[in-house]
Amino acid sequence: MIKIGVPSKGRLMEKTFDWFGARGVTLRLDGAEREYSGAVEGVEGVELVLLSAGEIPRELAAGRIHLGVTGSDLVREKLADWRAQVAELAPLGFGHADLILAVPVSWIDVDTLDDLDAAAAAFRRSHGFRLRIATKYHRLVRDFLTTQGIADYQLVDSQGATEGTVKNLTAEAIADITSSGETLRANHLKILSDALIHSSQAMLFLSQRADWTPEDRKALTLLAGKLGVTVPNS
Amino acid sequence: MRSTAERATSDRLAAWFTEQGATLVEADILLPAETLLDLYGEDIRARAYMTVDPVRGEMMLRPDFTVPVVQQHMAGGAEPAIYAYSGPIFRKQDRAGDRPSEYHQAGIEIFRRDQPEQSDARVFALIDRVLREHGLALRPLTGDIGILMAAVRGLATSDRRKQALLRHIWRPQRFRALLDRFSGRAPVPAARRHLLDRLAQGSPAALIAQAGTFTGLRSEAEIAARAEALIQDAQTPPLAAPEAALLYDLLSLQAPARAALSHLRGIAPMLPAITPAVDRFAARLEALADHGIDTDTLPFEASHGRTSLEYYDGFVFTFHAEDPALPPVASGGRYDALTAVLGQGKSIPAVGGVIRAGLLARLTGDQA
Repeated sequence: MIKIGVPSKGRLMEKTFDWFGARGVTLRLDGAEREYSGAVEGVEGVELVLLSAGEIPRELAAGRIHLGVTGSDLVREKLADWRAQVAELAPLGFGHADLILAVPVSWIDVDTLDDLDAAAAAFRRSHGFRLRIATKYHRLVRDFLTTQGIADYQLVDSQGATEGTVKNLTAEAIADITSSGETLRANHLKILSDALIHSSQAMLFLSQRADWTPEDRKALTLLAGKLGVTVPNS
Repeated sequence: MRSTAERATSDRLAAWFTEQGATLVEADILLPAETLLDLYGEDIRARAYMTVDPVRGEMMLRPDFTVPVVQQHMAGGAEPAIYAYSGPIFRKQDRAGDRPSEYHQAGIEIFRRDQPEQSDARVFALIDRVLREHGLALRPLTGDIGILMAAVRGLATSDRRKQALLRHIWRPQRFRALLDRFSGRAPVPAARRHLLDRLAQGSPAALIAQAGTFTGLRSEAEIAARAEALIQDAQTPPLAAPEAALLYDLLSLQAPARAALSHLRGIAPMLPAITPAVDRFAARLEALADHGIDTDTLPFEASHGRTSLEYYDGFVFTFHAEDPALPPVASGGRYDALTAVLGQGKSIPAVGGVIRAGLLARLTGDQA
C-alpha cells in the first residue's frame, strides 16, 4: 500500500483534491466531520494520509509516506540536501507564493542586494550589531545570501506577523512569502528588485527514503499513469 | 565516525610539532557563539553546531582551533610563541556523503613580530616535512591574499570603493560584481540611475518623506548619508582601463611561484602599491628555498584561499591528495588582522596550519 500525504485543511487541501479529481483519482474525507481520515478511489493500492503541510516534508524524508503534496518552499526549507531525500513529480499549479526580501519604503537608497549589503555594512558600523532580517525561512534565506556574498546581517526568527517586526524595531528587514504584496505595503515595506529567493508552489513529491515494494512500484506506475506524471528511475 | 587511529595520529602530529619547538595547548570545545558570529557572520550558522547554555547563552562547538588559540595568546601569552594542538573540531555538512562532521585536527600556530616570511616558511615547511615523513607526496598550492589587498589599496579610486572591495576580498563573486561596476564593465542598475535622477532634483530628506510612512531603526540620517555617498560615488570616474586590467590579471594569475614572482615584478611598475607585498612574497620564497622547498615548481594562485569563513590576509597554502573529491589534507595561512579583531586593541602577526589527522591516517592506510 502506498501512502500519499495531503494537507489536512483549507484551500491547499481543496485544490489538491480538485487536481487529483480532474485526473480521475478521487480523494475524499470520510468519517465524521473534523475527523482526519480519508479515502482514495479510482486507483488501487493507494492510501490517503491527512497531515499538516508543514509536516509533510519531514514525513517524506522519514519515509513514512511514499508521496506527498506540499509547498516547494517547505521542502527546501525543512530538508537539507532535499534532492537526496525527495523527488519532484509534478507542479500542481496552485499555492503560488514568492519568498522575497523586503525593506522599509523609506529606504530610498536600497533597491538591490548590492544596496542591502552596503547598508548592512554602514548599519553595523553605526549601531554595533549586524542588520537584522526577520524570517522563518532560515535555510533558504541564509543559503541565498551566502551565495550572493552578502555580509554583516543576522537572521532573527519570526514565526508569524513577520511584516510587523520592522515597525516593532526587532528587525530592519524581512524575508517572507508573499503572493500579492498587500501586507507588505500595509506595513510600509517594499520588495528588493533582485532578491527573489524562491518562487514556490504546491508540488507532488516522491519519497526516496520510503520502502518501495514491487507492489508499491506497480501501484505508483498506475497512479502516475492516471495523473500523467513521470516517475524518475531509482 | 572517528577512529582510534585518527586520534592517535592527531596526537602524534601535535607531539611532533612540540619536538620542533612548539608548546602544546588545549582549547575549549564549547565556545561562546558571539565571538564567532561577529567574526564570520551568519554564514557560520550553516557550518557550526550551535547550542544553548542556560547561563552563558548561545554556544558553538569548536569549528576550528585558531580562534580559541588566538584568544588564549592575546589574553597574556609570552612573545614570540609557537603553539601546537590536537583535538576534534565540528563542522555541519550540508550534503549526505562521507565527509565527516566531527574530525581531528592537529595544528601549529606561530605568533611572532619580526621576520613574518620566516614564520610563513617555517609553518609550511614543517607541515610539508611531516606529510613526507608519512610517505605522502601531496600536491601543494600556495597563494598570497596580501598582494591582492595591496593592489586594491593602491587603486586610484575613492576610499569608499576600496573599502567595499576589501570588505569582500573573501567573497569572490561579490568582489567581482563590485569590480565590474567600479571599472564600468557592468552597467549602473536602472533603479540606481532612477534614484540618482531623483536625488538630483530633491534632497534625500524630501525623497524619504515622499516615500511613505517611516518605519524601522535605520534612521533618516543614515539613509540620507548613504544617498549622499551614492551621489559622490556616481561622480567617481571608473577605474582606469589599464589599472582594472591589471587587477583582473592578478585575480587570474596561476603559475609556479618563481614564475609568478617574475610576473608580479613585471606589473609592479604599473601598480606600485603592490611592491612591498611582492617583496614579502620574494622574501618568503627565499625562506622556503632555505627549508629545501622547490620554489621553481611550487604552484601559486593569486586568488587561492579566497573563500568565505576564512580570515587569511597574507600567505595561504593547502596540500591536496590526488582524489579531487577529498578535502585538503592540510591547510593554513597568515591572519594578522584576525588577532587585531580578537585582541581588543592589541594585535600580533600570526601564521598557522592544520592537518586533518583522520584523512592522513586513511591515506597512509593506518586504520587501526
